[in-house]
Amino acid sequence: MKSLKKMGAALALTVACALVIPAVRAQSGLTGAGSTWVYPLVAKWSATYQKLTGTEINYQSIGSGGGIAQIKAGTVAFGASDMPLKPEDLKAAGLIQFPTAVAGAAMGYNIPGVKAGQLVLSGPVIADIYLAKIKKWSDPAIAKLNPGLKLPDLDITVVHRSDGSGTTFTFTDYLSKVSPEWKEKVGENTAVSWPTGVGGKGSEGVASYLQRIPGSVGYVEYAYLLETHGSYARMINRDGKVVSPSLKGFQDASGHVDWATAQDFYVILTDKPGPDTWPISGCTWQILRKNAPKATNMEVMKFFDWGFEHGQDMAKSIAFGPLPPSTVEAIKSYWKKELGYSI
Amino acid sequence: MNGSDVAVQSGIQPVSDEPKSVGRSWRLSADFLFHKAAVFAAFLAAAALFATVIAIAYDSWTAIQTFGIWGFLKSSQWNPVTQTFGAFPFIVGTLVSSTIAMVLGVPVSFGIAVFIAEIAPPWIKRPVAGAIELLAAIPSIVYGLWGLLVFAPVFANIEPWINDHLGAIPGIGLLFQGPPMGIGMLTAGIILAIMVLPYMSSIMRDVFLVVPSSLRESAYAMGATTWEVAWQIILPYTRSAVIGGIFLGLGRALGETMAVTFVIGNSNVLSSSLLMPGATIPSVLANEFTEATTKLYLSSLIYLGLILIAVTLTVRLLAVLLMRRLGRREGAPA
Repeated sequence: MKSLKKMGAALALTVACALVIPAVRAQSGLTGAGSTWVYPLVAKWSATYQKLTGTEINYQSIGSGGGIAQIKAGTVAFGASDMPLKPEDLKAAGLIQFPTAVAGAAMGYNIPGVKAGQLVLSGPVIADIYLAKIKKWSDPAIAKLNPGLKLPDLDITVVHRSDGSGTTFTFTDYLSKVSPEWKEKVGENTAVSWPTGVGGKGSEGVASYLQRIPGSVGYVEYAYLLETHGSYARMINRDGKVVSPSLKGFQDASGHVDWATAQDFYVILTDKPGPDTWPISGCTWQILRKNAPKATNMEVMKFFDWGFEHGQDMAKSIAFGPLPPSTVEAIKSYWKKELGYSI
Repeated sequence: MNGSDVAVQSGIQPVSDEPKSVGRSWRLSADFLFHKAAVFAAFLAAAALFATVIAIAYDSWTAIQTFGIWGFLKSSQWNPVTQTFGAFPFIVGTLVSSTIAMVLGVPVSFGIAVFIAEIAPPWIKRPVAGAIELLAAIPSIVYGLWGLLVFAPVFANIEPWINDHLGAIPGIGLLFQGPPMGIGMLTAGIILAIMVLPYMSSIMRDVFLVVPSSLRESAYAMGATTWEVAWQIILPYTRSAVIGGIFLGLGRALGETMAVTFVIGNSNVLSSSLLMPGATIPSVLANEFTEATTKLYLSSLIYLGLILIAVTLTVRLLAVLLMRRLGRREGAPA
């Protein structure tokens, strides 16, 4: 009898423990969760927005995977992902998505004797470096892009992000577009099976490897490179022009997209045409639930609409490119079409 | 069930010559509560472990169904793009980095403990012991950042020497060849060794100090050196506790996450050299959990966690068996 009681108590405890699953709980105001990449922007916008309207936006940067899971479970008002969901997946889960702002990644490097901005790289050459087909900086393929630049006979150390990241998605998506071999052997995702190289955790991990390992090359968020004054390579874009990374380059990439016709904004901004377009440009998406209470969705839409209109300078100050007005219009008509209401 | 029942069970005999008063019954009911509280605490710990294992097994079910057990354990493919997952490189990485930590950490811990217990004059004992224990108070992320920003650059300058000397030895030389990056399996092992030092050395010191003075003084009186006393008197006397301490350190090394993630280089490709980057189960979890977007991906990561629990349990089981065996050989109950 006694042991039965004990067992009963133990069982009750077990069940109690199993039920306490950590979840992001909605608090007063709006709750969002997801992408770490867009966190600085949402944080900056929401601080000002709260002062103006009193609405508190509580955004938790738990990663895109977590953001998608939370919005599907309905525990948050909006989720944010660095990788857009496919239109059929959105439909199946009853979700809608729209872009927030544009940004980009750049190639940082550490080659003794080569100064910042001197090196020029192209997509196919970067793909071959990351496939371990080009192993030395003195390789003829690199020399061809850099006439007059003296490159040492040094081994290339490839650096990539070790943590799942929207930057990795943007970068690998670009390589998949410019190199059929990359697409077939590796592909694109927020984390991939890297054929070679070392993985640094977070932008700071990659940047510290680049700083330290002579002969290293790696992709880093542009905002982070600006902050740390790291050296970055210029790149040859789709139009064959040599460009430096810039906000204008990222915005040009989104300017060459006909957002109005793209279904569910499922467009990835890498390798877009245009003379000034930066080839490794990216975007972050906000995800909403169609069947969420109208009041909640309205609050979310109000916040982002405010950000699109009044948050442009704030975005630029932290190296995010604001969406052009035509895109914002397209987003508003998308809301109207998908939800049946808009602000 | 009444109070006196409990008292008998707990091994407490009611004292008969005590004056019968309110005080006694109060004490008995307090004891009853204490008994219940202790049982509850013990069950809470067991239930938490049990519930965790069940929850983890439940969440990894998708991956278990897809890849099986043996298939997952032996596959070296970890590819989020094609959604094929296998644990082999991470299991090897976990075991190798922890082995390095033990190979480096155990002798040093033994040395520290012998120094404090046997050699050091009293005025230096306290500061040294205190400093070692402070190592345990440093958060692991600080070890990781220190390893990445301070230790790795220094180590990168030592690696060419390792390459030239150890790398030239036939056979084991294979373990020490590679570009001098300062990060990799060996760096992770060294950082882990530093992290587990305080646990192992303070346990060893504590048990060394309880060796009866008569034993060690007799040995010294017979002309034994400090080394002989440490190795032939103190160590055999404290063997099972020392092994317990070593396995406590090993358990910590197996599960260490942040520090390893920063310095191991995070490559899913297995390499024969310790100077090359690798990955462990905890480091992969730390890296990929946040952006695991598909159900199978997430489930595979949780499956890795389940395997880590299995590895840790196996190690503990081995420790228990080893201690039993040693106990039997010495004819003493373990």
